[in-house]
Parts: sequence; structure tokens; C-alpha cells
Amino acid sequence: MIEFRQVSKQFPDGTLAVDDFSLVIPSRKTTVFVGSSGCGKTTILRMINRMIDRTSGSIEIDGEDIVGLDKVKLRRRIGYVMQNSGLLPHRKVIDNVATVPLLNGVPKKQAHARALELLDTVGLDRSLANRYPSQLSGGQQQRVGVARGLAADPNILLMDEPFGAVDPLVRAELQQELIRLQRELDKTVVFVTHDIDEAFLLGDQVVILQKGGVIVQKGSPTEILSAPANDFVADFIGATKGKRALHIDRRDGREVVLDSEGRAAGVLVDGPTGGSKDAPA
Amino acid sequence: MNWVIENLPLIGQRTLEHLALSIPPIVLSFVLSVPLGWLANRYRPSRGVLLTVLGLLYAVPSLPLLIVLPIILGTGARDSINVVVALTLYGIALMVRTTSDALGSVSSDISQSATAMGFSPWTRFWKVDLPLAGPVLLAGIRVVAVSTVSLVTVGAVLGIKSLGLLFTDGLQRNIVAEVFAGMVATIALALVIDAVLVLIGRLVMPWTRATRVAPTRRARLTAEAAAS
Ligand SMILES: Nc1ncnc2c1ncn2[C@@H]1O[C@H](COP(=O)(O)OP(=O)(O)OP(=O)(O)O)[C@@H](O)[C@H]1O
Ligand SMILES: [Mg+2]
Repeated sequence: MIEFRQVSKQFPDGTLAVDDFSLVIPSRKTTVFVGSSGCGKTTILRMINRMIDRTSGSIEIDGEDIVGLDKVKLRRRIGYVMQNSGLLPHRKVIDNVATVPLLNGVPKKQAHARALELLDTVGLDRSLANRYPSQLSGGQQQRVGVARGLAADPNILLMDEPFGAVDPLVRAELQQELIRLQRELDKTVVFVTHDIDEAFLLGDQVVILQKGGVIVQKGSPTEILSAPANDFVADFIGATKGKRALHIDRRDGREVVLDSEGRAAGVLVDGPTGGSKDAPA
Repeated sequence: MNWVIENLPLIGQRTLEHLALSIPPIVLSFVLSVPLGWLANRYRPSRGVLLTVLGLLYAVPSLPLLIVLPIILGTGARDSINVVVALTLYGIALMVRTTSDALGSVSSDISQSATAMGFSPWTRFWKVDLPLAGPVLLAGIRVVAVSTVSLVTVGAVLGIKSLGLLFTDGLQRNIVAEVFAGMVATIALALVIDAVLVLIGRLVMPWTRATRVAPTRRARLTAEAAAS
């Protein structure tokens, strides 16, 4: 569990990026921060591994205030995946994946063996192990980034818009892959995005932020969709317009779900909702 | 031409002496520029001061410097140390700016992700920032190498042994072939050192030769992703 208590961050130039932020991030669940550019998502995320130090308040991991921990050691037990993969261009894929274990002094042979397994885990062919990052496609680089984040088997995985820079098809594939991984690995994932669809797809807990890291609403995707806290949220999740304002129409004896512009979004069927993890109880 | 053939051993001898005077300044300016370049890159105020001072240093003419140095250092006028020190100073003057720029050009995404992985600042410098600055450092040191090889000849005016002695001696005794041989040998030596540096670069930075995924291949990967 990660707990923020009245955390603020003011940068040296005076920018108050995060103002009095409090939140509990439950273990073994995916928490997604979503909000428009500059609202403080990255700042909040980076305060967890102390790449950014908070100005006031406290942040605890499993009840332990991180301010007393050694930064470097703390970071080695927290996975981090970022937008442009951040892979080290001068190291082969296998060495990139093995980065943290190697830093921790795990023997090279052992670290490499584990790195190869991780390539399997993230759905990459082992034949890519000896390539350099520049020899991979964007989607493959992101997978390597995820494998690297998992290499030291951290309990916590921080992901800052990890799929923001890949094309929509690859993004959808990576999202499914992350859902599968999370089912298998059960990490505490903290995920940042400005794509509300991605947030609803991945998040057990979705936190909608406004400038200054102000929480406008938090809850499960169903909770937020069914009861947007205010107009801002309603607007942000697209409930007032576009594809989320759905209505039912009868066509040829079947119930068809249409969006606000009359485009077909699907058909209505009976029975279970297909195991969606946040189906209404 | 006869002169050259008859004096091959002498040319060889001078080439070796020239080499012995060139290598230390090249190596030293590379090594010393790393901490200085780091300083210039890390602390912005120091950058202006450092680079200005070094720029002025480079403007000091080499012959007077070679005459003044023994007085400052307390060495003999013909001591080869003077040449090594003078050329190291020139090398640093060229190399610190390059090193500072090279370190500054390392993508912030990469250094931040290295930090996030748990590299300590020290480890990150040696294992990430410096290697990634490598290609630019190599370009810089190649310039320093060629300039050093050429400047070593100036010491000949003071009688310090190098290929430069072939110019001075050839001029005094009016042997055109000797002057010519000195020039050709100096250029050849510069080219050889340059080639060696390029080779070292390839060996220690294999990633710079890694070819990118061809666009067609990338398109196919995307198509595969779409199909699956
Ligand atoms: N090092 C810094 N110095 C000063 N201000 C900063 C710094 N880093 C971030 N900020 C400011 O803090 C605010 C929050 O930035 P942050 O990077 O957390 O936003 P974000 O929500 O991640 O945005 P994006 O979606 O664009 O990544 C912004 O106004 C930004 O300009
Ligand atoms: Mg951000």
C-alpha cells in the first residue's frame, strides 16, 4: 500500500505542481492517474520513487515513510516504465532488461537467464535479446521497458504514459498484455495516462486529476461512469457527448446500442457481461 | 628521393620520437577534459568562466609558450616535457568544450530513466552519460589528435626531436626532399592515429554501428500486430 498524506510539491521556480494531495493506493491493484497535461501526474508518480522529493506531507510505502529510505535502494525495488521506453541505447536488449539485477550485484549469467525469461513474459521473441534498442520497433521497445521494470521483481510498478507514443493498434495490444501480466503477477501498478479510455480499461481505481494534483473524483471505472462527480468529470469522460452517451434502439427485432450521433456501438445481449472486472455487482 | 631512401632509418627514428611526443598529450587532454567538461556542464556558472579561460589559452602562440613553460615548470629548455605540457593545454582547450557539450547532449529521457532504475549519480556518469557522450567525444579527440601531431613539429625550432627536425634541418641544409619527407611523414602519422582512434571507437561503442530496423520491416511488424 502506498499512502500520500497531504503531500505538496513546489518546484524551486515557485510552481506549485502538487497541492495538498492525499490518496491511498491499494496493494496488488492498478491505480490510474488521469488528467490533462501539466496537472501533476508525473510529479506525483515520481515522488513515489523519490526522483522528485515532496516539499511537505508524507508518503508511506507499507507504513514506512520513504523519506528515511536510501533513494537509490528505494528505486531499485520499484519498477519504472516511461513513455519513450528510456532504454539505454548503448546496451543490448538483454542487458537493458537485466539492468537492475546487475546493479544489485546479481551474477551476469543469472541476470541474463532471468532477462530471457522476462522477454517471454512480455511476449518478445528471445532472438531480439542481442539487438540494440534502436533495432526494435516502438512497441517492442515498450515491451522491453516493461520487462526491465519487472526484472528485480518489484512489488510496485510505476508507469508514466508507457503506451503514449505507440500507434493505436500496438497500444491496444500492449494494454491487453498489461492486463494479462497484472493477472499473473499481481503487482501494485501506478499508471499515468491522459487517455480516459485507457484509464477505464486498466484501472481498478481511477483518479481524475486537475491542475495542482487536485483529485476531482476517484473510484472504480463503473462508479465514475455511473455518477460523474461534476461537469468537469462528465466532460472529461465524454459522458455528455460522443461515444459514451449511449441509447438503445430497436432494429430488426434486436436491441442496438447507439451513440449520440446515431452510430451503432453494439448490440444488447442478455447474460453475464463477459467477465469485465469492474462489472457492477 | 635518394635522400629519403638513404635516410629511412632517420625518418623512422624521428617518427617514433614524434609519436612519443604526440600520444601523451592526446591521452592526457582526453582524460583531464572529462572532469573539467563535467564541471562545465554540471555547474552553468563555471561553464562560462572555464570555457573563456580555455579559449584564451588556445590563443597563446605555441612558440612563446614553449619558451615560457620551462621557466614556469623549472624544466630544461629542450625537455620534451614542455611539449607534452603545452600540447596537453591546447588539447584541453579544444576538448573541454566538446566534453561539456557531449555530456549535455545526453537525452534527459535516458538519464532520467537511468536514475529511476537506481543508478547512483556516480555509476550513472560512468555507465550511462559518458558512454553515450562517446561518439561526440571521439569526434573531439580526433580533432585534438590531428592538431597535436601537427603542433609537435613546432618543438623542432627549439631542438626538441620530432619529425619537425626534418623541416628545420632540411631548410638549413637546403635539402628539399628532407622537408618534403617530414611533411609527408607528419601527415601520414596523423592519418594513422586518426584511423586507430576510429577503430578504438568502433570497438568500445559497438552500438553506434547497429543498423536500425528497416522501414519495410517495421511496416510488416505493424501489419502483423494488426492481424493478430
Ligand atoms: N522541474 C520542474 N521545475 C518547475 N516546474 C515543473 C518541473 N517539473 C514539472 N513542473 C511543472 O509542474 C506541473 C506538473 O507537471 P507534471 O510533469 O507533473 O505534469 P503531468 O501531469 O505529468 O503532465 P503531462 O501529461 O504533460 O506529462 C506543470 O505545471 C509543470 O510545468
Ligand atoms: Mg507527465
